[in-house]
Amino acid sequence: MFDASANLKKRLKSERRFQIFCITAISFALIFVLILFLNIFSSGYSAFYKTTIAIDVDYSQVIEDTTQFAAMSDDEINKLDLFRFSKKSIYSLFPDIEDRKEKKLLIRIFSIEYEDEIKQFLIKNKENIKKIETVYLTASDDVDQVRKGNYPRDLPEERRRIKDIQLEYYDILENNGRVKYVFNIPFLTRGDSREPELAGVGGSIVGSFLTIITVLILSFPIGILAAVYLQEFAKSNRFTDFIEININNLAAVPSIVFGLLGLGIILNVFGLPRSTPLVGGIVLSLMTLPTIIIATRASLRAVPPSIREGALAVGATKMQAVMHHVVPLAMPGALTGTIIGLAQALGETAPLLLIGMVAFVVDVPSSPLDASASLPVQVYLWAESAERGYVEKTSATIMLLLGFLILLNLTAVLIRRKFETKW
Amino acid sequence: MNKVKISAKNIDVFYGDKQALFDVSMDMYEKEVTALIGPSGCGKSTFLRCINRMNDVIDICSVKGNVSIDGHDIYDKSIRVESLRENVGMVFQKPNPFPKSIYENIAYGPRIHGMANSKTDIDEIVANSLQKAALFDEVKDRLHQPGTGLSGGQQQRLCIARAISVNPEIILMDEPCSALDPIATAKIEELMNELKKEFTIIIVTHSMQQAARVSTNTGFFHLGKLIEVDSTDTIFSNPGNQKTQDYITGRFG
Repeated sequence: MFDASANLKKRLKSERRFQIFCITAISFALIFVLILFLNIFSSGYSAFYKTTIAIDVDYSQVIEDTTQFAAMSDDEINKLDLFRFSKKSIYSLFPDIEDRKEKKLLIRIFSIEYEDEIKQFLIKNKENIKKIETVYLTASDDVDQVRKGNYPRDLPEERRRIKDIQLEYYDILENNGRVKYVFNIPFLTRGDSREPELAGVGGSIVGSFLTIITVLILSFPIGILAAVYLQEFAKSNRFTDFIEININNLAAVPSIVFGLLGLGIILNVFGLPRSTPLVGGIVLSLMTLPTIIIATRASLRAVPPSIREGALAVGATKMQAVMHHVVPLAMPGALTGTIIGLAQALGETAPLLLIGMVAFVVDVPSSPLDASASLPVQVYLWAESAERGYVEKTSATIMLLLGFLILLNLTAVLIRRKFETKW
Repeated sequence: MNKVKISAKNIDVFYGDKQALFDVSMDMYEKEVTALIGPSGCGKSTFLRCINRMNDVIDICSVKGNVSIDGHDIYDKSIRVESLRENVGMVFQKPNPFPKSIYENIAYGPRIHGMANSKTDIDEIVANSLQKAALFDEVKDRLHQPGTGLSGGQQQRLCIARAISVNPEIILMDEPCSALDPIATAKIEELMNELKKEFTIIIVTHSMQQAARVSTNTGFFHLGKLIEVDSTDTIFSNPGNQKTQDYITGRFG
């Protein structure tokens, strides 16, 4: 009696088939995500480390009595001309080298800012400088890539940027224990650079942050107010229908169009400074606004009408009913929408290219009116650079960007979970 | 018989093109319970919502005719609907406490109307309203817990306390017991008997037994028209209209 009939067997079979299709689809998605993450991580993690090489610096050759450094101000030290002295310090690694060409090649295994690094060491430790100090200098990108194993040594010399003799120097230094592989703090704090080993994402992190803050300040209040008005106060007529359709359309406009708008109006008509987070933020706000408005309206709609009636029935004005009861209940949804909108803005590249945030900026911006890059644009910039060092930095920047995006989305999920109202 | 508190004359209500009430005229008396009965969709709730102008909230709804309370026309342009609702409280079909604490639910009305200047004043109003709604003893130890955590019957009494908190003269109840079990219903009915000493109560109800138990006067609505209004005793023992007779004997509805 309870045996499965032929018909039921067929239905069960089709159910199993359906489940297999679904699981296959999900597995495909997961595999691709995994491949993407693995690929980015494996090529990007090394950018968080850099190679440094120790040299012995005889600071007593600058001032006989090294205790006198303590009395000097940072400015005074910065003004010292230590260029020849620095070179000499590097030559002292291999005192036997006489040939000028070879000396030059030796210098080139270090990053070009060796003089500054020797000065910065002095400034940092000026209170108790010994006669001879060991200073770790950043290695050049070529040496760095050799250390990281990204640079095939077996290529013929003429097809390599690094020369045989430089490799020889490096191997000797490594055998003498002078090579140290350290965490690359400047990568996170410095701006862009033409030298891959000196380039950092600090400038673009700050630029992205300033842009996002601008977006938040502009689009959150405007978006919430627009949504509240449209949902709660506006009479439904042709005009409000027209506005509603346009807001929905706005959400679907390709982002580069907003970039053109920013270029044409905000830069050329209003004359705001180009390449700045302020302008980037304004343009991205236009993109984020519809997201915020739509999400806020949806969560306002989800507040049961009985709450409004309850407030109105004790004599609240319409605004009081909305502001005291409906909006607070809709806030978690509105915040979630805002954060998702911000995450979109954080990852947006195309409109920023058009308003000039694609410029090469060395300084870390200190205000929204300074020229700046942003994380996605930095990815774009480095992805088209030839040097091997930028390849890992591109991936590392993507890692950071993905990290920030995951963080934002996680916040959205947590807010939703924490403040979800149960009726 | 008490004096007339609310007087409705020739009320027509339209939802867009559709007419929901046809020429309803009815008097309701001070400090009495007036019940409005009738089958679903007969317009009794619509009529109730004319008394505190809750119909204004609905864009497409328009009201014609005249409703006066103590002789003042409440649809007059000089009347602010907020002060009207301060004097005419309302309790809804489904308990709708704000998703806030019990205390905040009741303190809200007095606060927005500026009825209390200090926290002690508000404390007093909260305690008083809860006592009048026969809820105080049950919740006095958890005033700062969410009102939505109470049982259905307690929530409805909380809504009654919220309506009382702004000192209205009239309380409108729109099927207040339809979502409640018999015990909670009995409590609300008992409470109404208490409240009518102080307030004029208009109740819409589906339950004829409830109308018979709590009200002094009853109006019977059918298809948007007020068929008959009389003392509850008369309506239930000796109705003047055949339709009323059919409805209360259960032939339709």
